Amino acid sequence: MLRIDCPFCGPRDHTEFSYEGDATVEYPALDASEDEWFEAVFLRDNPRGPHSELWHHIQGCRSFLVVQRDTLTHQITGIRLAHQPTAEALK
Amino acid sequence: MSGYRLPSGGVVDRARSLDFTWDGHTMRGYAGDTLASALIANGEQILGRSFKYHRPRGVMSAGTEEGGALVTVGAGARREPNAKATQVELSQGLVASGQNAWPNVRFDLGRVNDVFNRFLSAGFYYKTFMGVGRGTGQWMFFEKFIRKAAGMGSASREPDPDSYDIVHDFCDLLVIGAGPAGLAAAELAASEGLDVMLVEQDFALGGGLLGMGETPGADLDGVRVLTRTTAFGLYDTNVVGLYERVTDHVPGADPATPRANIRIVRPQRIILASGAIERPVAFGNNDRPGVMLSGAMATYVNRFGVAPGRRAVVAGGGDSIYGDAITLAMAGVQTTLLDARETAPPELAEAATAAGVDLWAGYLPVEAQGRSTVKALQIGRPALDGHVRSERALPCDCVGISGGWSPSVHLLSHKGAKPAWDAQMACLLPDALPEGIGIAGSVTGVWGTEDCVAHGQAAAAEAVHALNGKKVKAPKEPAPGGWANPIKPLWEVTVPGRKLKSFIDPQHDVTTSDVRLAAREGYASPEHMKRYTTLGMATDQGKVGNMIGLALLAEALDQSIPETGITTFRPPYTPVPIGAFAGRARDKHYAPERQTPMHKVQGEDGAKWLDVGVWKRAWYHPAHAGETLGEAYLREATAVRETVGLVDVTTLGKIAVQGPDAAEFLNRVFVNGFGKLAVMKCRYGVMLRDDGIVFDDGVTWRFGEDDFMATTTTAHAATAMAWFENLLQTRWPDLRVNIASLSDQWGGVAIAGPRARAALQAALAPNASGGDVSNEGLPFMGIQNAKLAVEGGEIPVMIARISFSGELAFEINARSDHCPAMWRALLAQVKANGGCAYGMEALGALRIEKGHVTAAELDGRVTLEDAGLGKMASTKKPFIGMVLRKRPDLARENRPQLAHFHPVTDSEKFSIGAVVCEEGKVEGHGIGWITGVTVAPALGGGWLGIGFVTGGPGVWEGREVVIADPVRGYEVKARVASPHQYDPKGERMHG
Repeated sequence: MLRIDCPFCGPRDHTEFSYEGDATVEYPALDASEDEWFEAVFLRDNPRGPHSELWHHIQGCRSFLVVQRDTLTHQITGIRLAHQPTAEALK
Repeated sequence: MSGYRLPSGGVVDRARSLDFTWDGHTMRGYAGDTLASALIANGEQILGRSFKYHRPRGVMSAGTEEGGALVTVGAGARREPNAKATQVELSQGLVASGQNAWPNVRFDLGRVNDVFNRFLSAGFYYKTFMGVGRGTGQWMFFEKFIRKAAGMGSASREPDPDSYDIVHDFCDLLVIGAGPAGLAAAELAASEGLDVMLVEQDFALGGGLLGMGETPGADLDGVRVLTRTTAFGLYDTNVVGLYERVTDHVPGADPATPRANIRIVRPQRIILASGAIERPVAFGNNDRPGVMLSGAMATYVNRFGVAPGRRAVVAGGGDSIYGDAITLAMAGVQTTLLDARETAPPELAEAATAAGVDLWAGYLPVEAQGRSTVKALQIGRPALDGHVRSERALPCDCVGISGGWSPSVHLLSHKGAKPAWDAQMACLLPDALPEGIGIAGSVTGVWGTEDCVAHGQAAAAEAVHALNGKKVKAPKEPAPGGWANPIKPLWEVTVPGRKLKSFIDPQHDVTTSDVRLAAREGYASPEHMKRYTTLGMATDQGKVGNMIGLALLAEALDQSIPETGITTFRPPYTPVPIGAFAGRARDKHYAPERQTPMHKVQGEDGAKWLDVGVWKRAWYHPAHAGETLGEAYLREATAVRETVGLVDVTTLGKIAVQGPDAAEFLNRVFVNGFGKLAVMKCRYGVMLRDDGIVFDDGVTWRFGEDDFMATTTTAHAATAMAWFENLLQTRWPDLRVNIASLSDQWGGVAIAGPRARAALQAALAPNASGGDVSNEGLPFMGIQNAKLAVEGGEIPVMIARISFSGELAFEINARSDHCPAMWRALLAQVKANGGCAYGMEALGALRIEKGHVTAAELDGRVTLEDAGLGKMASTKKPFIGMVLRKRPDLARENRPQLAHFHPVTDSEKFSIGAVVCEEGKVEGHGIGWITGVTVAPALGGGWLGIGFVTGGPGVWEGREVVIADPVRGYEVKARVASPHQYDPKGERMHG
């Protein structure tokens, strides 16, 4: 069981969250080239070690969080709100 | 008959005797006994038959490491196999029996396996039944016989009658193990104000103290103490799984009380004080009933007041055996002590001799003698070549063995923290510790009681400092060790020219020769050897023979133990019933059941229910008690076509989309445009996924410039909400849009049929604003706020003119608490207009006739064009999925596309899931599939299917296809038609 420290809700079990994949993917413009979209949708790195990933607090505040997690040790080293404007406003 | 109850001693309550049943015989023990101690006290020696060879087995230990006394406890639905008698707390009326034997453990016909045991070595089954050229077919044939002959007890086949709870716990400090170290740690930490939980798998506190006849004196005021509770797993972020036995020891417990709890603990810090387990030694017939661990013998005397026999031989290579031998001798057992070391430690030798122990230094056990129980122990001395020369036999009825001690590092291994080999102490010790975890006591190789107490206090002081920043005065952490004399590690005793049957994992009948065989055959890594031999697997998890196995493998490979490596211990530390993990989530509580706000009013009218995901939806509304589904849905569908019907559509997802950029957001999400949708109008829209496949569809309502409500299918209500949140929070953070789910706040109905307008108009409140639902007042796809006259007043409603059935229809939404009144008011007018309520089956019939798609068609493989919706895609604005939907395979012409299917012969039918094939080519995936079927009154009254066919209906016009159902075993000839047969111009719904 991972414990994820949600900026709104505090530390919670990972079972409250839904894993939403690689947070480093940058989606291209909606009408970008097929190659760019192919890359963004289908190609993923599978890092062994530190990784940046999205977790949706689906049974909590429903925030998307960017979680820095080591895929080898499961150690979490950083958590922030994915929505930058909200994160700024909360500072 | 070997063991017996001593006239005094032990911490059992001799004033409270308990009756229990063993193999059908009534016996008596005391409160505080385990099943094992009570059986020994009653003279029972053979308690089970072994896994493969059906050898007699008895009690080998006094704890979780038991590999011999595996018994079946309970009866009927509560029959639990493979329980360790050493862990079963004796209770009044307990029923237990031996296992893996027929007719019984004392006389077992399966023992013939032992005679042929040279055929049953490691890997035998695989080589014999799965070899090259034989294939797995032969294995599958023989497997059931092999499994029957080799096995453990059998579980009950009835449903588990007990309940279990899952409990969530939090604390500052979790102390695992209540021996001297754990008790001292909990006491100190609690006195410093920490919130401490102390867990102990035994029913008594004390750990190793109990076996020494000492009672723990810790002051546990303020500590949450959980006995009968095993920490079975250590997980990420130091979450610990506990299994707490609540009623197993309580005869006639209240059935409302759960049998056990799984406790999920999230501690700030952990102190692991899990102790150490004594190891056996591999020598001949070391599994004979009467052979047990040396420390266990002392535990039976000191804790339970039970002697294991009258003449004992105790053998080992460390200091701890002296105390055990002295305990036995003081209890009146004639005791011989074999110290493997050439020189006995003088002060210990003196004490032993003074207690009447017959001490033999430099001697080893060679082979236990006796056909079914121990009658004598053959002993020997090591020669210069390292082998042992057998010398003589000592008559005895029990043997105590100690090959050294193995710290219980299992939980650390769960976290991936590998222990390190300590050659001097001949054991694995914890190495690098995971963050937040401290260790104390003999799990670290600290053996003396006082040192363990000091260690516990030191670990507690460290925890207090880490959590509170406070410096607490505590003893220095003691160094590992504590025996006066170095231990002589004992793994195996071999005698040249003699084949000894020496077990290292009695639970799985693994012998020393199996390990050497594995090494010879190339299974040279511990993980491979473990799987080939089954050493230390299953409930044992490396508690008994793991270290011996590794040592022998290292020896066979002529390398050191660290070079050979170790296996990984995995959770659970001891078995946990599967029902405990399920907790309350079983039967009806497995998933929540959702009811719409109109559930009750429909139920009162006799609605029959259908499970749609977690929802209960009205399947059909029988007109009278005997009306069948088939009769009811055709009557209901016909009413919608001819007069009017009313259906509950609350389960659709409803998402408020608001803000200055709401229209822009919808434009990006839907393939069709929403920017120019007029206020108080609604529009059908389709969403794609990033990869260009259809995600979901629904009608979006516009209430204002920046105020929309998007509706989704029932199936995707939750996923669509999450998708919108994802896009707004991660991909388009600049869009000024807020979304909120309205799915629970609003309920809805659809009223459909030629007389829908009349019925609705009659239900509207007179003189209220709104309320003109004429074609001019509320045109197709228009929205209106209105008031409905209901019993006792008026309720506000939102009306949209939307049709799913293809008829003139309105969808009316109201606040959830107003929904029952809305249903009653509208149903009255529907009935007054000759109509009725309709359910899911009629709804399905109507939409199949009309050719509208649902989640059955939009199954994650379908493109816009496949679903016949290609024309909806906007060319004026970008939208999600617009690029990847053009990938060549998604854009090709001959993809399966939506179609209607009619059987050629009127009386024939086919089912959902059937495969559409070309005539004469009924094979593989065919050329399409069926997603929905119904009787179609509006299309001639025959059988009608909807589904997909390669190239679309146009390609197959005038040709017959075969609808094949190999599972149900039929083929039906059918013709293909356009899915838009019913009212293709939409005149009825526009009327």
